[in-house]
Amino acid sequence: MNKTPTIILRHLAIGYRGKHRTKTVATGIDTAIYSGELTCLLGTNGVGKSTLLRTLSAFQPPLEGEILVQDKPLRKFKDKELATVISVVLTEKCDIRNMTVRELVGMGRSPYTGFWGKLGSEDHRLVEEAIDLVGIRPLAERMLHTLSDGERQKAMIAKALAQHTPVIFLDEPTAFLDFPSKVDIMQLLHQLTRETGKTIFLSTHDLELALQIADKIWLMDRNKGIVTGTPEDLALDGSLGSFFASKGIAFDMETGLFRITNNYRCQVRLTGHGYKYSLVRKALQRNGILANRNVESAITIETRTERPDTFLLQAPGTQSLTISSIETLLDKILTFFQSTGNHETHIP
Amino acid sequence: MRQPAQNTLLIAGILFSEVLFMFLNLALGSVQIPLSTVWDILTGKEGMPPNWENIIWKSRFPQVWTALVAGAGLSVSGLQMQTVFKNPLADPSVLGISSGASLGVALVVLMSGTIGGTALSQAGILGEVALTIAAITGALSVMALIVFASHKVKGNVTLLIIGVMIGYLANAIIGILKYFSVEEDVKAYVIWGLGSFSRVSGDQMWVFVGIMGVLLPLSLLLVKTLNLLLLGDGYARNLGLNIRQARILVIVSAGVLTAIVTAYCGPIAFLGLAVPHLCRMLFQTSDHRVLLPASIFVGASLALGCNLLARMPGLEGALPVNSVTALIGAPIVASILFRKRKSDLNE
Repeated sequence: MNKTPTIILRHLAIGYRGKHRTKTVATGIDTAIYSGELTCLLGTNGVGKSTLLRTLSAFQPPLEGEILVQDKPLRKFKDKELATVISVVLTEKCDIRNMTVRELVGMGRSPYTGFWGKLGSEDHRLVEEAIDLVGIRPLAERMLHTLSDGERQKAMIAKALAQHTPVIFLDEPTAFLDFPSKVDIMQLLHQLTRETGKTIFLSTHDLELALQIADKIWLMDRNKGIVTGTPEDLALDGSLGSFFASKGIAFDMETGLFRITNNYRCQVRLTGHGYKYSLVRKALQRNGILANRNVESAITIETRTERPDTFLLQAPGTQSLTISSIETLLDKILTFFQSTGNHETHIP
Repeated sequence: MRQPAQNTLLIAGILFSEVLFMFLNLALGSVQIPLSTVWDILTGKEGMPPNWENIIWKSRFPQVWTALVAGAGLSVSGLQMQTVFKNPLADPSVLGISSGASLGVALVVLMSGTIGGTALSQAGILGEVALTIAAITGALSVMALIVFASHKVKGNVTLLIIGVMIGYLANAIIGILKYFSVEEDVKAYVIWGLGSFSRVSGDQMWVFVGIMGVLLPLSLLLVKTLNLLLLGDGYARNLGLNIRQARILVIVSAGVLTAIVTAYCGPIAFLGLAVPHLCRMLFQTSDHRVLLPASIFVGASLALGCNLLARMPGLEGALPVNSVTALIGAPIVASILFRKRKSDLNE
């Protein structure tokens, strides 16, 4: 393994120290963040994700323990020096008018520029390189306040890249974005860890994406503290399963992702294969109907693979019906259960 | 951002208007002097009418320089305040610093009549110096209070509110002082409060210009800090800026500029608010390396223009500059905000 820990946390306790009382958010954090990896911090609202990120970025001191960045204690870094080691992308939306994307990315060079902040030729080269890495060249001359949230987030990431630091922290970079932009940003960050060998650590609420794209997951929980590992290891040892236990969310081992748990009112025998089978099953589950090959019921559904977009519905005492959309299928099934009053098919 | 060629043209235009306003200020007024004669007097040509020489050298020349540096100082101060507080409505008076100056002046003017028995307004040059010192003392005391508060409080908004409250307090005390003062003193104070570029006499003018000549270039040293502050505290800090120190430096810079200008000219409203907006609109940038020098020149030019309007030919005495700056400044700010709306919709 050529992956080395860039950041080491030792017996770290985080929180806020007030004059009269200290509010501890999390204690006993012992773990590390590795270079060339995308690490995602997951946790419910208010569990202390932002506090952890703030502590790691030296915006606030730890209550106890130590943070080592490239083997040097974080508290020993000077402001200027730290600016060349850690860059951040924050949730605070900066409302800057009359500044172009290129100017913003150029601001990332401030720790290296002189008294007036004038960019040299090397600075210009790194700015253009960052713009290309993030793929926002068409936006370079645009004013920041005219960008969409996703575009602005990319500009901020380019700023962080121009800062040329081995470590990048991002606080919920995918919040407020539409789904394609979320995927875009996450893939971009993952790709950057591979292309640049940077250590990228971010907090997010997008479980599905994080589980699919992250190299390492940190699960933060008020009672259990922080559990870390690859998404797959965390699935195997049950950490992911228990993470949202009793909140109407279940971890699906088969897909390795989370899904919403349903309370089933009735069941239907469903036969067939492939994606059509899965889609019908999903639609029925959403309506409180458990459907699979192993249950017995008066009414049965067959998904046909030989002819596209058709389903065969067999209800007792009627001819089998050929149905072409899942919407119609749901209508028929729900009317059937309403007319029979659910008795026969009720789950014991 | 505009093209460099456009920028050069703009700067040339601003400088031209500044020089033009300087000459018009020297030429126009209740006594009109032809521009060629103004030039002859300035270049020291012999045999010019002595009363015109007097008007130029004793009255208008000091006025031009006073307006020039006062406009520049207030504009820079306003720009710094708007950036550090991330508030487009911030201006030099926002932290109560100019109210501090008013309080200092009120104390001296209003108390001298009541306690000392002689109205200060009759004391001539000595009174002028006393007023300046009182204003500077008042303004700097308020600024010291603000800087002290900025050590204690975290948020910008809290600091802003403290500043506004100090302003209210100062005005309340002034109100009480006025209530107990003799009429001539109140009138003297009210006249001071109207603001004027013509109050500063020849010798005093050179002191004023000298001080501002040092302070204005010093304010340029903060451009990188101001640019970083634009990004917000989190990003600025991550880029290596010591936020607390930066905030104090900017407040002290803006505060001292305001204190000095207010001490020599009285409170001048709106220039400090309008000029930074005008510069942002003209140069389409938020880069302080452009905005700060631009504010100096646009501010100087606009102050000269306002002074010219205040002494419009045909008007016997001079209008209060404070009213003219507001009359010009308010429409500028409103129209810029209106345009901003429109251009946002078009983008």
